[in-house]
Amino acid sequence: MLLAVLRRMGQMLFVMAGISLLVFLIFFATPGADPASRIAGRNASPAILEAVRISFGFDQPFYVQYAIMMKKIFITGDLTSFVNRGWKVVPAVLDTIPVTLSLVIGAAILWVIFGILIGTVAAATRGSWLDKFLMIIGLIGISMPVYWLGEVMNLVTQSRFHDTWMFSWVPPLGYKNLSSDPRGWFLTLIIPWITLAILYIGLYGRVLRANLIEAMQEDYVRTARAKGLSETRILLRHALRTSLISFVTLFGLDFGALVGGSALLTEVVFDLHGVGKLTYDALQNLDLPVIMTTVMYASFFVVLANALVDVVYIILDPRVRTA
Amino acid sequence: MLSVRDLKVSFQTEQGMVHAIDGVSFDVAEGEILGVVGESGSGKTVSLLAVMGLITDPNAVVEGSIRYQGRELVGLSSKEMRKLRGREIAMIFQDPMTALTPVYTIGWQIAEQIRAHEHISARAAEQRAIDLLAEVNIPNPAEAVNRYPHQLSGGMRQRAVIAMALSCNPSLLVADEPTTALDVTVQAQILDLVRKLQRNHRSAVVFITHDMGVIAEIADRVMVMYAGRIVERGSKRALFSEPLHPYTTALLDSIPPLEGPRPHRLTSIPGAPPALLNRPTGCAFAPRCRYRFEPCIHTPVLTRVGHDAACFRVNPP
Repeated sequence: MLLAVLRRMGQMLFVMAGISLLVFLIFFATPGADPASRIAGRNASPAILEAVRISFGFDQPFYVQYAIMMKKIFITGDLTSFVNRGWKVVPAVLDTIPVTLSLVIGAAILWVIFGILIGTVAAATRGSWLDKFLMIIGLIGISMPVYWLGEVMNLVTQSRFHDTWMFSWVPPLGYKNLSSDPRGWFLTLIIPWITLAILYIGLYGRVLRANLIEAMQEDYVRTARAKGLSETRILLRHALRTSLISFVTLFGLDFGALVGGSALLTEVVFDLHGVGKLTYDALQNLDLPVIMTTVMYASFFVVLANALVDVVYIILDPRVRTA
Repeated sequence: MLSVRDLKVSFQTEQGMVHAIDGVSFDVAEGEILGVVGESGSGKTVSLLAVMGLITDPNAVVEGSIRYQGRELVGLSSKEMRKLRGREIAMIFQDPMTALTPVYTIGWQIAEQIRAHEHISARAAEQRAIDLLAEVNIPNPAEAVNRYPHQLSGGMRQRAVIAMALSCNPSLLVADEPTTALDVTVQAQILDLVRKLQRNHRSAVVFITHDMGVIAEIADRVMVMYAGRIVERGSKRALFSEPLHPYTTALLDSIPPLEGPRPHRLTSIPGAPPALLNRPTGCAFAPRCRYRFEPCIHTPVLTRVGHDAACFRVNPP
């Protein structure tokens, strides 16, 4: 089992190296555009252009340029934004990571717990009014766009009902540092967590319910019934246990994408300066070094999340271990 | 010990009621092996699933009486039924490839059943699992308990399923085509195993199959089912030497002969089993029967003529 995990981690490094090369080629080797002038920004003086050209090695072959770029991002960390004069890109990205991670991990915990709860209860009471109620609630959750839901949440908790007993605890928008102000960190993130999680709770609850109902038709469930096990035990220990395998697949994809910047809308609505927000701003003023770094970061997180999912697979499904 | 009277299982469908089992009565005595034979859809599996209380389809209606050691099982609460299942009445299924939960070791799955019915420690349950695996001739049982189903061959998995079924010493074992999914040599081993275990545990066995050869190998008594009814029933000797119902005769004729020249084609029964929806009155086998005559438009009842048969030819109206 350990060997399988190590092998998977090795593959991950390989894929990451491939991605970095690909991202580099997209931005710097696309014909017809001069990367130096893009990095230098609009209205750059010829002197700055020349400085960029030398600093990024654009007068040298591609593999040297690639090496310089990787060195600037990963080793020296002195990649500089020319659009925002002199701004160090790598520390800026590193500053946004805890914000996005706090948001996404908290929301993920919520949606995994409630998704499993809703899916399992709905499958156990299949056909009843409770099942129908939960599925309708889930559908409503999926249907509400996050930017709208976020604004409504803000309207309710920050403005209309802020001074009532219900929401007086909600702090103003923005991110508080976890290490210096854990209480503030938690309180400011509760509403964003709920907002982001609602969509996924609905989605995961519905998917899990369908998986469970399918699993309950399997032969091994009939065997479990013939063994004289209780329906609850059959549902939880046999059907849910096997259904979690596909649940984890879905989770890995969504989690990776969110950490990689898909939580942008939630970040903007709640004024959280995360990776999504940073990428968005960089795209607004074509800040190539920042885009390069965040895209690299985002793809790394998707790869990492997928690798973690595969490790969870190895734990969940004995059939994968030997393969 | 098991006495089934006038069992009827029907399924409500969009086209109307489908009578999968239409008035079946039979008994199983202590320690005997009852073979149940018939084509697909003849109701052999459904009737035994009804005995197990395993018909979970919400559109199914089960009527009649199933008495197990004097206790009525039809209408028993699901909790009471659960206590019987696995402990008193156990079942082996057709396909060992899918009958075990893929994510748990076979030892875990056997121990799970033992601990569902008895208060013993996890360690003791595992030891029992090892003993059971040894009993069903799985090599190296102490290691095999930690194996996952996908790591075992089909025959080994079926042995594990049998070990699981025997784990609480049931007095009745229902085997639903346990050899069908296996190749012939493994089939013979499994049959030997079932017979040996039936002797050691003194359980009664109901052996469902469509294979007359398997019946000849293992059964004490035989019950032939067709279209949800029993058409012939008797001791194996009587039934094989002197089949009364034309369907039984036809089934026996379709076994390839062991001696003499190999026939160019095996004998088969012309036609197909009737649809169970809107079944016409009269003998269900009549449309395929070469001895059909006027009385067959009525429904024959199972009557004792040497042994039991439901046919107007041997029991004229």
